Amino acid sequence: MMLRLAIRTAVALALGVLALAPAARAADTVDPAADKAAFQKFFTDKFPKLKLEDFVNGPYSMNEDLHRQWEEKEQFPPYEFSLEAGKEMFSKPFKNGKTYADCFPNQGIGIRQNYPYFDETEGKVITLELALNRCREANGEAPFSYVRDDMAALTAYMAFTSRGKLMDIKIPNDPRALEAYQKGKEYFYTRRGQLNFSCATCHIQSPGERIRAEVLAPALGILNAMPIYRSEWSGMGTTSRRFTTCNSQIRGVPLNPQDDEYRNLEYYLSYVSNGLPISGPGARP
Amino acid sequence: MAGPAQAQSVAEGQKLAFERSKGNCLTCHVIKGGDLPGTIGPELSGLKAKYSRDELIAIVSDETKRNPQTVMPPFGRNRILTEKEISAVVDFLQTL
Ligand code: HEC
Ligand code: HEC
Repeated sequence: MMLRLAIRTAVALALGVLALAPAARAADTVDPAADKAAFQKFFTDKFPKLKLEDFVNGPYSMNEDLHRQWEEKEQFPPYEFSLEAGKEMFSKPFKNGKTYADCFPNQGIGIRQNYPYFDETEGKVITLELALNRCREANGEAPFSYVRDDMAALTAYMAFTSRGKLMDIKIPNDPRALEAYQKGKEYFYTRRGQLNFSCATCHIQSPGERIRAEVLAPALGILNAMPIYRSEWSGMGTTSRRFTTCNSQIRGVPLNPQDDEYRNLEYYLSYVSNGLPISGPGARP
Repeated sequence: MAGPAQAQSVAEGQKLAFERSKGNCLTCHVIKGGDLPGTIGPELSGLKAKYSRDELIAIVSDETKRNPQTVMPPFGRNRILTEKEISAVVDFLQTL
């Protein structure tokens, strides 16, 4: 036990030095490529039996029993209904005759791996969920709730057409893009709330461990399977839903879906998972 | 301290340790008598031999003092538990 603890602490410290460097110092040393390499190495060292692409299965990647459960689940995927609904919604024209396909590169097919991206005109991070609602609004339709079934269905379909493509997030040569990335990273590692947890506390320091009955997913590839069907929710969840749920679970105050902080966070988490395949929609315990 | 007062404090401490809304120690620790324990921290057992009462109070109050990177919440510093509640939890820990 002490050994395991010592190792865990040493790794956390090594990572901490890298990740929790004071903002002032970090500002002139922001190096996403180096971050990504260190981040991926941390997980592949910690779980030497896993291949890089295995991490996208979240808790199911963490041990063999769970992996078997995952394989059984994939025989009759519980997200099938959502995928079907998403496909239909995607092809059905808006009242003005246009469709979602008109809003996206390549008609929206096989592009999930490029989201979120940094929009240099606006100077902000654009997630897929945000782009979908903007598409609706530009065509005179009311936006969908970010945490409910319609948004999950649309993103499920878009992820499905992108399965197997490798996450490919770009950070353009624009100081604002680098800043968005850095802010997302800081959000991820900052401890907050009464319980003093950061996202990293659970998903970097304790992946594979049980928190009560749940097995914690590793932060590597943590968004590649979004959206997910969760048995515990008896339904689908978007990235926005998962972020806000994790925030409330730790007695923190969740932000609003698609607030700048969450967009930056998604940018950071997706970038450090570059090279891992899109596997959404996913199924979870 | 001995007798009924002690027994009551131990029972109170166990309740706090198992309850989700309060100590919720079971979320991270295997503890004798508790269902659905987590595995983030070590099993809590044999603590009386390992730590003095003051040391246990210090760990529960703010483990970040011993280990700044710990994932264990600072129950005292962040007022998740009162001093009296921590004392009851420690009475319970000393029976493990
Ligand atoms: C107290 C522990 C804890 C903290 C802190 C925490 N989470 Fe989680 N998170 C969980 C649990 C439990 C689950 C469900 C089991 C699992 O998949 O890990 C989960 C699941 C997730 C998932 C889905 C993983 C998957 O493959 O299904 C994402 C994404 C996620 N969390 C993001 C975050 C982010 C972002 C933060 C910080 C805002 C955060 N979490 C903070 C406990 C935590
Ligand atoms: C979020 C997870 C978490 C929660 C909740 C938690 N702990 Fe811990 N605890 C840990 C970890 C991890 C350690 C290992 C030491 C470290 O990280 O510094 C630990 C260590 C300990 C130790 C030292 C054990 C030893 O053998 O050295 C004691 C005693 C302890 N915890 C008591 C408690 C009590 C009592 C509660 C509830 C009031 C509690 N913990 C809640 C994570 C947790």
